[in-house]
Amino acid sequence: MIIHAIFFYLFAGVTVASAVMVISSRNPVHSVLFLILAFVNAAGLFVLLGAEFLAMILIVVYVGAVAVLFLFVVMMLDVDFAELRQGFLNYLPIGALVGAVVLAELLVVVGAWVIGPDVSSAISAPIPAAATVNNTQALGLVLYTRYVYFFEAAGVILLVAMVGAIMLTLHHKPGVRRQNIAAQVARRRDSAIEVIKVKSGQGL
Amino acid sequence: MTIGLGHYLSVAAILFTLGIFGIFLNRKNVIVILMSIELILLAVNINLVAFSSFLGDIVGQVYALLVLTVAAAEAAIGLAILVAYFRNRGSIAVEDINLMKG
Repeated sequence: MIIHAIFFYLFAGVTVASAVMVISSRNPVHSVLFLILAFVNAAGLFVLLGAEFLAMILIVVYVGAVAVLFLFVVMMLDVDFAELRQGFLNYLPIGALVGAVVLAELLVVVGAWVIGPDVSSAISAPIPAAATVNNTQALGLVLYTRYVYFFEAAGVILLVAMVGAIMLTLHHKPGVRRQNIAAQVARRRDSAIEVIKVKSGQGL
Repeated sequence: MTIGLGHYLSVAAILFTLGIFGIFLNRKNVIVILMSIELILLAVNINLVAFSSFLGDIVGQVYALLVLTVAAAEAAIGLAILVAYFRNRGSIAVEDINLMKG
């Protein structure tokens, strides 16, 4: 139990500290790297909670895809990030005020909150015992049966996002010569070459 | 010294607040605003998984999976819009994005 507590405080502390660094770092590249650190430690928290599949998905999807996408965009855009930090402190008071209010509200809710007595009767898909069915299998047992429409909707969302991202960023430059295979294949001998008999001693 | 549901909810609340604070703090930098939104969605995911684990209901993890999907799609679309905007205007400062104001 003490090991559990130590690892919880380790993962939670690093997650929160790196989240602070994400929003306060001067260099956006550092922000992205701290975002990766925050996600890896949140995956550690998920493992502590017994959600191993989501932890691994978090690492694969966020660290492997989303964070690299952020890094790619940050490095590809030629932006003067120092200029974007002008007025960084102007919004600090209002931001701190709103943040403090939200945090106080959330902590009041967390502090004054208890599990209702009849919640256990309302559980729709109880987690099976870990000895018989592991987390990934238990998730698959409900995801592909009862929540199959949710699963397909998630797939459609990803498809739409992919099509949208390609549509937004793909652009054809005018004036670029491309291979036209149909025109190449349709070419005949008489349109391609011309045989001219040149008399000796004369030009054309 | 047992770690209960309240501990995880507190971590999620702090992360959520940091995300909101980041949006206010980096009003000019769209990339950091997108990262703050990712932090907020991560806080939501921690809440869902914590409730799922402590109440013994696996549906919370199904929802967390869907939130993850939507977050990934949102990041891809947001960054694609950013790249397209930068290509047209040569800037990503938030206060320059006012073309539709009329």
